[in-house]
Amino acid sequence: MNIEAIKSIYFFEMARTRRTLLQSVVSPVISTSLYFIVFGAAVGSRIQTVEGVSYGAFITPGLIMLTLLGQCISNGSFGIYFPKFTGTIYEVLSAPVAMTEILLGYVGAAATKGLLIGLIILLTANAFVEVRIEHPFMMILFFLLTAITFSLFGFMIGIWAGNFEQLNLIPMLVVPPLTFLGGSFYSINMLPPFWQAVSHFNPVLYLVSGFRWSFYGIADVNPLISLSMITLFLAICLGTLGWMFKTGYRLRN
Amino acid sequence: MSSIISVANLSKTYGSGFKALKNVNLDIKRGEIFALLGPNGAGKTTLISIICGIANPSEGKVLVGGENIQTSYRKARSLIGLVPQELHTDAFESVWATVSFSRGLFGKPKNPDHIEKVLKDLSLWDKKDNTLRQLSGGMKRRVLIAKALSHEPEILFLDEPTAGVDVTLRKDMWRVVEQLRESGVTIILTTHYIEEAEEIADRVGVINGGKLLLVEEKAALMAKLGRKQLILELAEPLDKLPEHFAGNGLSLEQGGTRLVYNFDAHNEQESIAALLTRLSADNIHFKDLSTRQSSLEDIFVALVGGAK
Ligand SMILES: Nc1ncnc2c1ncn2[C@@H]1O[C@H](COP(=O)(O)OP(=O)(O)OP(=O)(O)O)[C@@H](O)[C@H]1O
Ligand SMILES: [Mg+2]
Repeated sequence: MNIEAIKSIYFFEMARTRRTLLQSVVSPVISTSLYFIVFGAAVGSRIQTVEGVSYGAFITPGLIMLTLLGQCISNGSFGIYFPKFTGTIYEVLSAPVAMTEILLGYVGAAATKGLLIGLIILLTANAFVEVRIEHPFMMILFFLLTAITFSLFGFMIGIWAGNFEQLNLIPMLVVPPLTFLGGSFYSINMLPPFWQAVSHFNPVLYLVSGFRWSFYGIADVNPLISLSMITLFLAICLGTLGWMFKTGYRLRN
Repeated sequence: MSSIISVANLSKTYGSGFKALKNVNLDIKRGEIFALLGPNGAGKTTLISIICGIANPSEGKVLVGGENIQTSYRKARSLIGLVPQELHTDAFESVWATVSFSRGLFGKPKNPDHIEKVLKDLSLWDKKDNTLRQLSGGMKRRVLIAKALSHEPEILFLDEPTAGVDVTLRKDMWRVVEQLRESGVTIILTTHYIEEAEEIADRVGVINGGKLLLVEEKAALMAKLGRKQLILELAEPLDKLPEHFAGNGLSLEQGGTRLVYNFDAHNEQESIAALLTRLSADNIHFKDLSTRQSSLEDIFVALVGGAK
């Protein structure tokens, strides 16, 4: 194991984050605050509670997920796409490192950053509403698994993307609708039966539901199913990356 | 024989179906300076990319320090430092950070003293805190060399290191290369400036159209393919050559004011001294004398042209 290399990539990526601290930390805090003002105050004045939880508190896990997914995918994809774009990838490819070590460095950094921002949002939310966590262990598990899985997913996108448009396609066009429609701001029990059924095809539903369950003990789907779904998604990402590394897909021609 | 790199039956077909290397066989000796010459698109970068692990070979086998570059890539790659042809740099990193990063990537523990030495050798020390976008092209090239040397490689690849580099930097670079060679580092470089190969290489390989056309000791190559010329500026023009001189590689040029003697380096028909004695016996006097040896460039053009 080339530990030095993993450390180098990890700290290199974290240093890049530090340089863009304002953008990476301040912007999620502002957008979360806006969500609380718009949804918490405006919508929350009409919907007081959802299944016994105040509306502001109810949307907090979904908000964290929304940002966590977006951040992990974009950090994970950018981390590997950028050297591909500038050409500095030559060095990583010619270094005595295994693809798994490259992965650990980049994905570890992307997940760390996602987790930090998730925590910041949690703290911001706590300033607006009272957040309680009933199952802290499960909360951390969901938090970690989601961060790792979606950083891996981002990494895959970064390898696949041939230009900036493709790089932004999934984080900009696919993730937000899925998170908005995945019950971040409502319980799917509030939907008509048809849309409830459709929602079950949305992978984000399982994440948000499981994560919310770890906070308040209420869920749209059984938390064990949520856990299985995210584990399945993790396995799919790892499998696909394994294949990409083996074939040198879009990295080594 | 101790060859540090051994390339056997190497072929490369790119995804587009283009065959960039065709059955290349090459052995690089430990400690030598090897120059790879070839026109644009010959396959030089492709060959280097495969040896360094950036591209996958389609066929054939490559050993670096006796280790297979595919099955034993960790050991093989840790011996190599690569300076790529293009100036790929992280614009927002500092020189110090980017060079230290390279060392870590190659699994070496931190060693600020070594990094300091490398930066000083390449006259980059006063730039160590600058970000790369603040540097000129030539300085970026030095940073790439520093990155390649950061992990103390045994083999250094320089892919067209002097493209777009001024004379001072080129001299600096050859000084560093010379030092490295003295410390036992094997150096493989590609260049379009043939004088460079002629000046600095021990052996020369010529590649064109994905085929390695020849590999020779530089001196042997010059002896084999090099032509020599003796040029005499005559004191008084001659109408024609005296008959007993005719047909021996001698000819008159420039309206009879210049006598040119062509001979092969390995096949002198007549020694220069003997020729000069015969000329003075015939009362043919000259006011100036010069000799000319064909450069690698001439040889190269002849070879590549002949292979078409
Ligand atoms: N990724 C690629 N896909 C398809 N063809 C490629 C690729 N890279 C290089 N080639 C082709 O392979 C051939 C050899 O390219 P290579 O870069 O090895 O040449 P070179 O000898 O380094 O040339 P130069 O002196 O211009 O640097 C060229 O015809 C080039 O167009
Ligand atoms: Mg090239």
